[in-house]
Amino acid sequence: MEIIDILLTANFWAAALRIATPLIFGVLGALICERAGVLNLGIEGIFTAGAMAGWMAVWLGTGLWGGVLVAALAGGFFGLIHAILTVPLGLSQHVSGIGVTLLATSLSYFTYRTALPDVSSPPRIIPFQPLDIPILSDLPFIGPALFSQTALTMLALVMVFVTGWVLYRTPLGLAIRAVGDNPSSVEAQGLSVYALRIGAVVAGSSLMALGGAFLTMSAFDAFFFGMINGRGWVCIALTVFASWRPGKALLGALLFGAFDAFQVRLQTEVGAFLPSQVFLMMPYLLSIAALIIVARKADYPKALLVPWFKGQR
Amino acid sequence: MIRFEPRTNPSVIMVYGVPVMAATIAILLAAIPLALAGAPIINAYGLMISGAFGSMFSISEMLTRATPLILTGLAAAIAFRAKLWNIGAEGQLYMGAMAAVAIGSGVIDGPSYIMIPVVLIAGALVGAVMLIGPTLLKTRLGVDEVVTTLLLNFIVILFVQMMLEGALKDPMSMGWPQSEPVIDNAVLPPLIERMRVHLGLVIALICAVALAIFVKRTVWGFEIRAVGENAAAARFSGISVTKTMVLVAMLSGGLAGLAGVSEVAGTRGYLATDLSPGYGYAGIVVAMLARLSPVGVIISAVFVASVFVGADSMSRAIGVSSYLADLIVAMSLLCVLIGGFLTRFKVHFERQKSAG
Repeated sequence: MEIIDILLTANFWAAALRIATPLIFGVLGALICERAGVLNLGIEGIFTAGAMAGWMAVWLGTGLWGGVLVAALAGGFFGLIHAILTVPLGLSQHVSGIGVTLLATSLSYFTYRTALPDVSSPPRIIPFQPLDIPILSDLPFIGPALFSQTALTMLALVMVFVTGWVLYRTPLGLAIRAVGDNPSSVEAQGLSVYALRIGAVVAGSSLMALGGAFLTMSAFDAFFFGMINGRGWVCIALTVFASWRPGKALLGALLFGAFDAFQVRLQTEVGAFLPSQVFLMMPYLLSIAALIIVARKADYPKALLVPWFKGQR
Repeated sequence: MIRFEPRTNPSVIMVYGVPVMAATIAILLAAIPLALAGAPIINAYGLMISGAFGSMFSISEMLTRATPLILTGLAAAIAFRAKLWNIGAEGQLYMGAMAAVAIGSGVIDGPSYIMIPVVLIAGALVGAVMLIGPTLLKTRLGVDEVVTTLLLNFIVILFVQMMLEGALKDPMSMGWPQSEPVIDNAVLPPLIERMRVHLGLVIALICAVALAIFVKRTVWGFEIRAVGENAAAARFSGISVTKTMVLVAMLSGGLAGLAGVSEVAGTRGYLATDLSPGYGYAGIVVAMLARLSPVGVIISAVFVASVFVGADSMSRAIGVSSYLADLIVAMSLLCVLIGGFLTRFKVHFERQKSAG
């Protein structure tokens, strides 16, 4: 098969969007936190917690959307821990984030193992099914690629617009962006830096958790140990690549998804000559490459990583 | 309203007591998940303690676990002192182990007083070199080292897997992806007969003491602290930040690489992709519990190791998931962060005055 042929199939782009979906949630969540001045390295653990909590809720009978809600709440809970440690207490965002990742991951694994002590094959749920939107799904190419995805993928795409609209078109968004650039100016206007930052981290973390929930409730139908496998860290890299903009976050996640879908197909062509690990390394190598490419012009939120205390000028 | 007031000089008791308190609180908090899992709590804690300290054998197991934790803890401590956020100790550990296996499984042979230093140096060097790239990307281009070192962990594990299915594969392993065993003369000998605790522990302790002296008594140690506290001021006073960072990177990566050598040549005897159950990440907790003090790392590594070994044996006895150990370790980290804050600030609770 020719390379061009691969790129021209709807099937390929459907896979790219599917791979991109958890990343879209993750990057949007991370950029909301970072826009408010807080780096959230809890993301890898929050993905795990979202994946586990959402799946388990459905397994216990909440229904799929109930599971999505539970996942978001779990993400918000761990986000709140990170926010309290880093915002009013001003502790190292790096260390707190790693701590939250360790806590969320171990708590999820512990809960899963406690609920299911000795199952050899994980129990399965009925996940979100591909939507079958009348007319739109029947469109050539676009139909199968874009409109036959599951509801969570659609939600991710909607969230890109919602996040962009809130950040750039509402006073709240203006305040969030200001609090990540110049918190003192926000305080001078009578707004609470603490409230804005904590709120942004909790909201961003809830969104991140949906990325994990997509994996167990849409892409797969079960929870596995180690299933997040670095996706969270990839999101942190993609956030820089996206220069903290929702539109570019979507673009970055799609490029990433396309590359990943492409290498899987490439593997079937040249897999005989190259070890499979070379292909598995590519997402991580690509993330590092993306960071290096944009490094010089990366326009970090100016107060990112800088703690701010009440009464400080 | 809650108000925080900086403490001018926290008392010695607070500085040393806080990590102990934090660890204790974390262990007590673990009673909640234990109870929810339906375990008999007092009995469970008893089993944990006896699992880690109950016999000569369990102490040996605990110290075997503590050995790589001391080394990865030192790796994190020295890096964090310079605010170089090396989260890649796990990858550096595997690269060190791979270097040790590549040289130590029969390519060259010699008496053990030559072979042991050779594998140690090889592993440390590879670990050290591995961190230079991310460090230069940080100092030269401003690429966040947290993300690069984290992503490298995944790349290294895949690379190790590739080598174990290729060049380093043991033809006698019946298809399992594992390396040939380290030859006898390169094996770190056990310290006590028929026990697993090995020479790696002595090496780790020597590293801790040497690092403590290095940090406290040398100009380099001073420069590392200066860069960590205020890189701009350090640069202004003539310290080369890049050079200091690279030095820190080599020390940190080298120590993590040594942890890999110690595991592969001491505890395990061969390399497989499950060599480390996350020693690189646990090292971060060890370093934070020790407040980045090299000698303190010894104590906190023993604590973390006893949690792992104790929880393992407890979970076998009463059937509670051994992920409880990871949970306690994670909670210790968060508790020590809060504790560290309380040593630096006094908390005042004030009633808000109602206007009117």
